[in-house]
Amino acid sequence: MKSLRVSDVKQKYRGQDYDVIVVGAGHAGCEAALAAARMGNKTLLLTINLDMVAFMPCNPSVGGPAKGTVVREVDALGGEMGKNIDKTYVQMRMLNTGKGPAVQALRAQADKHAYHAEMKHTIEKEPNLTLRQGIVDSLIVEDGVCKGVITNTGAECYAKAVVIAAGTAARGKIIIGELMYASGPNNSQPAEKLSGNLEELGFDLERFKTGTPPRVDGTTIDYSKTEEQPGDEEPHHFSFESSDDNYLAVKDQLSCWLTYTNETTHKIIRDNLDRAPMFTGVIEGVGPRYCPSIEDKVVRFADKSRHQLFLEPEGRKTEEWYVDGLSTSMPEEVQQKMIHSIVGMENAQMMRPGYAIEYDVVAPYQLKPTLETKVVKNLYTAGQTNGTSGYEEAAGQGLIAGINAGRRALGKGPFVLKRNEAYIGVMIDDLVTKGTKEPYRLLTSRAEYRLLLRTDNADMRLTEKGHEIGLISDERYAKFLAKKKAIEDEFDRLSTIRIKPSDEVNEFVQAHGDKPLQDGVLASIFLRRPYVDYKTLMRFIPKSEETPDRHVIEQIEIQTKYAGYIKKAEQSVEKMKRMEAKKIPDRIDYDAIDGIATEARQKLQKIHPETIAQASRISGVNPADIAILSVYIQQGRISKLAE
Amino acid sequence: MVLTTTEFDTIAAISTPPGEGGISIVRISGEEAFDVAKKLYRGKNLDKVASNTINYGHIVDPETNEEIDEVMLSVMRAPHTYTEEDIVEINCHGGIVATNRILQLVLSYGARMAEPGEFTKRAFLNGRIDLSQSEAVMDLIEAKTDRSMKAAISQLDGNLSHLIKHLRKDILDVLAQVEVNIDYPEYDDVETMTSKLLREKATDVHTRIVQLLKTAKQGKILREGLATSIIGRPNVGKSSLLNNLLHEDKAIVTDVPGTTRDVLEEYVNVRGVPLKLVDTAGIRDTTDKVEKIGVDRSRKAINSADLVLLVLNASEPLTDEDIKLLDATKDKQRIIILNKTDLPTKIDLDKLKSLADGNNIISTSAIKADGLTQLEELIAKMFFDEGIESSQNDVMVTNARHIGLLNQAKQALEDVVKGLDDGMPVDLVQIDMTRCWDFLGEITGDSYQDELIDQLFSQFCLGK
Repeated sequence: MKSLRVSDVKQKYRGQDYDVIVVGAGHAGCEAALAAARMGNKTLLLTINLDMVAFMPCNPSVGGPAKGTVVREVDALGGEMGKNIDKTYVQMRMLNTGKGPAVQALRAQADKHAYHAEMKHTIEKEPNLTLRQGIVDSLIVEDGVCKGVITNTGAECYAKAVVIAAGTAARGKIIIGELMYASGPNNSQPAEKLSGNLEELGFDLERFKTGTPPRVDGTTIDYSKTEEQPGDEEPHHFSFESSDDNYLAVKDQLSCWLTYTNETTHKIIRDNLDRAPMFTGVIEGVGPRYCPSIEDKVVRFADKSRHQLFLEPEGRKTEEWYVDGLSTSMPEEVQQKMIHSIVGMENAQMMRPGYAIEYDVVAPYQLKPTLETKVVKNLYTAGQTNGTSGYEEAAGQGLIAGINAGRRALGKGPFVLKRNEAYIGVMIDDLVTKGTKEPYRLLTSRAEYRLLLRTDNADMRLTEKGHEIGLISDERYAKFLAKKKAIEDEFDRLSTIRIKPSDEVNEFVQAHGDKPLQDGVLASIFLRRPYVDYKTLMRFIPKSEETPDRHVIEQIEIQTKYAGYIKKAEQSVEKMKRMEAKKIPDRIDYDAIDGIATEARQKLQKIHPETIAQASRISGVNPADIAILSVYIQQGRISKLAE
Repeated sequence: MVLTTTEFDTIAAISTPPGEGGISIVRISGEEAFDVAKKLYRGKNLDKVASNTINYGHIVDPETNEEIDEVMLSVMRAPHTYTEEDIVEINCHGGIVATNRILQLVLSYGARMAEPGEFTKRAFLNGRIDLSQSEAVMDLIEAKTDRSMKAAISQLDGNLSHLIKHLRKDILDVLAQVEVNIDYPEYDDVETMTSKLLREKATDVHTRIVQLLKTAKQGKILREGLATSIIGRPNVGKSSLLNNLLHEDKAIVTDVPGTTRDVLEEYVNVRGVPLKLVDTAGIRDTTDKVEKIGVDRSRKAINSADLVLLVLNASEPLTDEDIKLLDATKDKQRIIILNKTDLPTKIDLDKLKSLADGNNIISTSAIKADGLTQLEELIAKMFFDEGIESSQNDVMVTNARHIGLLNQAKQALEDVVKGLDDGMPVDLVQIDMTRCWDFLGEITGDSYQDELIDQLFSQFCLGK
């Protein structure tokens, strides 16, 4: 494809030196830059377009199953996403409330303009952080070590560590029917040269594809024909620091609206499949299975007579609406027809067409769990660059990459979250161990310890770490410790109070179809009964001096009621920890180990796992291979001792 | 999804040479060695006994409360053991049957069958063995790999493998639905996985696993014989029953010097069911009329039997001893033989029927041909519902490892149901459903962790 860039700068100039440079100011880049700066590093954040900082080029929402938990984790580690959405949401909903605590999921609809503006402002105000517009064309790499970046305007900026979070800008290409052009997200400028530089440096790149639906003018939608989906009345927040007092009343929130495609829509799509880039072979990138385009859905699930569409507001000061579920790269004319076939949108005016976008991805097996690349030292990558999809996934990686880049610049050791500690740990381990063949989305089912990785306990899991890294203030840490103590105290109290088989208690118990108590029972045991919650319990025992707040009560209820399952999960974590403790030496030569199956050998050579546990998670590496590997490593250890 | 790690499993194997010996040892090594042993051992409190001690007690099947063997338990705590892990060794009374049975129980209650050389491998990995010895360990493990990683699978009979895969597919469908409900809560096309549905599926799979395990029992009976005890007061006709059974030409009398106890075991083939007559010597002793049989003596014979033939004298009223014997056998598979019906009946039939609690009663005059036929038919019916022929054509589980895993899968399903009873939400109950799926996967060697996610995306058209 011909580039419109007709002339490059002839002369470079020496820009400022930094500790950390972050390339890209999407959801990964913003977290990376803020984390590095807050840890005390002089940080530069470069973006192609200053008006697209923390921009949401796809759906205007944050959170959902697994993703919402990631936002909480980011918050507990001192990241920004949770706070930013708490300031700019237009609707808040807790999903899966009928299910267990492990899968409850918070999701917000965002005002995407406010979200961007708020994040940009936060970054601008951050003392150690410089926000600048600029495209990075190449990296400065000496002897396999990244030393800085060179921008298209000729600036050479040196740094101790560099984070690349280029998103879909990396050699981005937008496709709408027959129309194709070089572009980053939302018609922004693409980064055309950086990918080539990475290839020269020895990186293995892949081509992924994603897409977005058309936006329509809300004043032309007939909402009366659709189903309203309002926000929640009871307060929720992403950040553990946000206060219930600031929660928006339902009337001040914006609703979403549900409608459906129909046979007519499907016929329009089928009639035009010969113009669908998804099927004509025009699109080379691999798209996600979990978020298929509507043409893909209609073809793959031909027997479905309708698909859900959620109409979501893009913000308070716009009438643009996002048609969730209608992601497409059909020609604009066909998109228009599709929209008009849908109930409630018969007369809807399309404001922007949906499109598919192809972009370059660094195959994530080339990364360490710190997100530093194995190919170039001091270089880190995050977000869509690593093959993921989703703002939350990006933010989680950005934070980890930023923390590690920042720690490298400060001469400190690596920071890695394990699979049993955070969804962020699951995601990064999946990426670096298994790689991904499609844009990777977090799902709760990817986490084997999801009962431990709950959305309610992200602070319990991670605040301490956030404090150690230096991203959680002493003040916030003290508050956290107080909460922790309140939980422990109340637990202790409930484990000493005995409920006597009084008439009142037995009447209550029998009303729920249970046998009356014969003997006294500990309050903590009584609380395990499905029909007993903390509030009910307080009817039968004296209240504590200070009434615990709802977050403390929540922890007590969850940890009591699901104690058996939690214990099982913790036991299996113990097993894994022992495997994690078995390190594989850096310079292991897999060719020298007899008996390992060929497929396993190839995978091990490619991925170079750091621990036996990680090796055991590689698909194609069997328990027998792990046994041989363990024995081989132990042999090496013993012969070293003998020397 | 459970990690496919086997490194820290608790493992078990019979560590004495195969065959009949004075003593056989079932060795358990690993973190859960004590937990497994505690579930099966009746004797001292294992949490309190000192390391490196030998403790007297019994191995009991927790499900049936049946005493399997009188044992000595060697208890060795980590790290000063051969594998540097907790080790419990069950010293049992030799005899293939009892030893296998104990191993089976150990495998059903949390241990995994050790691979060849695995105890030594652990000793090495935990730093107990030096480099020269380690070569041997490596050879062992490699030999195993060379024989193909699918060794476990090659033992699998095609039908069994097919059946297990089928079960797993059914479970996977359920799991995928639960997961879709969780990850795509607004997705309209998925049947919401209610506890009712989950219970139905769990119960259904449970029934099928129980059926499979029944074949394991049949397989065991075919291989090892159905331990049968003939009991009754003196002079009710036990010897004649025994002799009649043995007089048929189908009788196979073998001298199997039992274990430390000098019990003569005799086999008789009843319609293809080998009955292993237990303690026939005891019955023969009765001829010298110095018998002090009593309930106590019988109890031992009852405990070790799969089938009890209780002989009563119809020409005498029920005695206290009869009632005691009826009571002692009430939880057993038993057949009541009402002998001497040619004489005037004095026994209280109504009372007997109520005590027999629906069990089979055969009336016979001297356990002659007609009685025998009845008896044989009954035995065949009791242990092989539709007879042996048809069950042999079906899938039959015989491998100790498979049985152990099936038992664990069955327990996981019972946990599913228990979770539902306790009002746990589906996403928690699902944890045990996944465990069941993993156990079954270990039988067929399928443990590809991304299976579930692939299933999600192929089965459902997912959006928001």
